[in-house]
Amino acid sequence: MYIRATGNISPQKTFGHGPIDEAPVVYNGNRLVAIEPDYKDIIDPKLIRRMSRIIRMGVAAAMECLQEANVKMPDAIVTGTAYGCLEDTNSFLSKMVQFNEELLTPTAFIQSTHNTIGAQIGLMLQCNNYNNAFVHRGFSFESALLDGMMLIKENEAGNVLVGAIDEIINASHTILNRLGLYKQSNICNLDIYQSTSKGTIAGEGATFFLLANEPSNTDYAKLDGLHTFYKPASVTEVEQQVNNFLQKHQIGIGDIDLIITGKNGDAASDKIYDALSTSIFNGKAAINYKHLCGEYPTAAAFAVWLAAKILKTQKLPAIIDSHQFTEKKIKKILVYNQYLGIHHSLTLLSAC
Amino acid sequence: MNQPVFVAGTGIISAIGDNVAACLDALQNGNAGMGSMQQLQSVHKNRLPVAEVKLSNDELAKLSGLSNLKSRTALLSLVAANEALANAGIENLQSLRCGFISANSVGGMDKTENFFTDFIANNNKGRLRNVVHHECGSVTELVADALGIKDYISTISTACSSSANSIFFAARLIRNNIIDVAVAGGTDSLTKFTLNGFNTLMIVDEQFCQPFDENRRGLNLGEGAGYLVLVSEKVAASLKNKPNIILSGYCNANDAYHQTASSPDGTGSFLAMSGALKKSGLQPADIDYINLHGTGTHNNDIAEGTAIKRLFNGHYPKMSSTKTFTGHTLGASGGIEAVFSVMALQHGVVFPNLRLQTPMVDLPFVPERECIKNVKLNHVLSNSFGFGGNCSSLIFSKV
Repeated sequence: MYIRATGNISPQKTFGHGPIDEAPVVYNGNRLVAIEPDYKDIIDPKLIRRMSRIIRMGVAAAMECLQEANVKMPDAIVTGTAYGCLEDTNSFLSKMVQFNEELLTPTAFIQSTHNTIGAQIGLMLQCNNYNNAFVHRGFSFESALLDGMMLIKENEAGNVLVGAIDEIINASHTILNRLGLYKQSNICNLDIYQSTSKGTIAGEGATFFLLANEPSNTDYAKLDGLHTFYKPASVTEVEQQVNNFLQKHQIGIGDIDLIITGKNGDAASDKIYDALSTSIFNGKAAINYKHLCGEYPTAAAFAVWLAAKILKTQKLPAIIDSHQFTEKKIKKILVYNQYLGIHHSLTLLSAC
Repeated sequence: MNQPVFVAGTGIISAIGDNVAACLDALQNGNAGMGSMQQLQSVHKNRLPVAEVKLSNDELAKLSGLSNLKSRTALLSLVAANEALANAGIENLQSLRCGFISANSVGGMDKTENFFTDFIANNNKGRLRNVVHHECGSVTELVADALGIKDYISTISTACSSSANSIFFAARLIRNNIIDVAVAGGTDSLTKFTLNGFNTLMIVDEQFCQPFDENRRGLNLGEGAGYLVLVSEKVAASLKNKPNIILSGYCNANDAYHQTASSPDGTGSFLAMSGALKKSGLQPADIDYINLHGTGTHNNDIAEGTAIKRLFNGHYPKMSSTKTFTGHTLGASGGIEAVFSVMALQHGVVFPNLRLQTPMVDLPFVPERECIKNVKLNHVLSNSFGFGGNCSSLIFSKV
């Protein structure tokens, strides 16, 4: 199956299908903020006013994707979000606590449900088709992607709009900071891979794909496979999972031209990537991506977007982790991401 | 890809009982679970009845084996999931690829509410242990870890249709040869967040709800969890108690009408029910019983009823809303009602639609007011419709 189109709002200038090989937007501090487009070109201004930030981002990225694919009515809409609509949740919850369950209005509650973005897309398109929302932490995007892939394999859908959306709000950033997820020093996003300290940098984004059963002239890439695994016990188990995945797709590591890994600058979290880079990924060209989008549970969607973009344009983003990269054509990319050591995923893409 | 998926086990906890047998007893005897709030602490305590699980968190912790400091949503989930797995009695479970696909609407919100009281006053305050399981998926993982399931874990949240979607996503994972066995369903505990949310929408009944009554006033919120153990044909054949019920049809459609309200003609409901029939290869006349979504809100019941009128015209199956017993358990309702649908097939019983006094004038059919026993049922349809226009229907069949 094919990735026919994408739409991406991230802390980089990704919206509008810009080039990926220009200098990245630089951030100082532990929070990368999505660069939002001018929504009034994309969404009816009457609707924009009622939408919170994450809904706007999600809907706009989805619309960009559908426009690029020239698809007006997808056969299915599947979204993934770990945290859901935090701003609306926070708003309703805060007022409820402050006003002791009195004087509340329904708008924030209505928009706080985790399926709001998929539902809003369905509503705007008047799309009565399959509509689902996955909310499983670092598997939210991968579950949505698998659902989309299965719908196509089952012939239930010829094309599927799949997206991942997560936002940071002040309250969630404060809480996750207190839980020790982020670096405390004033770090620059371009320097996270050299850092040896605890924690990473927070990110967010809305990334959509149109998966299609049939090829077209404008496809980004072929989506060959996806595999997730939960809480692996050891490095050996991770290696086994990678090998089994490649074997299932009848290729070896030698067939992979580029690996995109989810390093995020947190010393503990990056151990597994470092271990693999000296074992099964030894000598392979590899790039990281979280200096571009930050760390968040659905960040793997950014990596898959990047892989698709590289396969289509044959261009690489500015920071490459491996000096061993040669200038040959990139035909196959393996994305390996893990979130908090719990949620691991492998996605295999190839050039059309 | 089209191999049958069998129901090998069921597990449930709701306001009418802590297990399948207790729920069956209450359903057959017309014992509803609504009452005044005992567990939930809310200013609406004396005004809004709820359908609470009668056990405290301490008692649920003892019953499930999970710490009493964890979200009530996880405690309820583990009680029902444990029962479902025990009921399935799969001896070689460790050698099979097993998944846990759960659903809930607000994750560990019951704990987050406590955290927020302190956090709002001072951002450095609030016990982190009360917010660390806020995410929907985190509740699922607490239970998956306790069950020892790790081959495929996911969580779906499509409001009130959540666990119908988790059940059929699990069935598709089996059909796609990704797993062999799945514990699938959903869970939700009552929270102030959802109670107040529904209250602002002015659709919460101050009396016990009366779904499909002309004078219905709204819904009662409930809590609980319901899970099925789904297995592949191969696993089913290996079991001592060979299962004889399959998930024969399913469909997810979207109403695409309004973020919370259903379209007047029930477009989404119609598409979900007709899609599930198409998937199962059955005709409307083949359906023997519909476990209605039947929330008791003015909007839902007329939309659902209108869709049923259009689809089943002339061949009305027996129908009832078991939310008249359990209240609306939101993210758990699809799972709880899937268990009830399977129980209906197993025991040949149609559960009553309690408190129905005046049938809706715009509908040509009336749900069952009394429990009907010893009736031959082959195909049962279960409806779950929710916010965001998400409509899902499941069909369970005897084989």
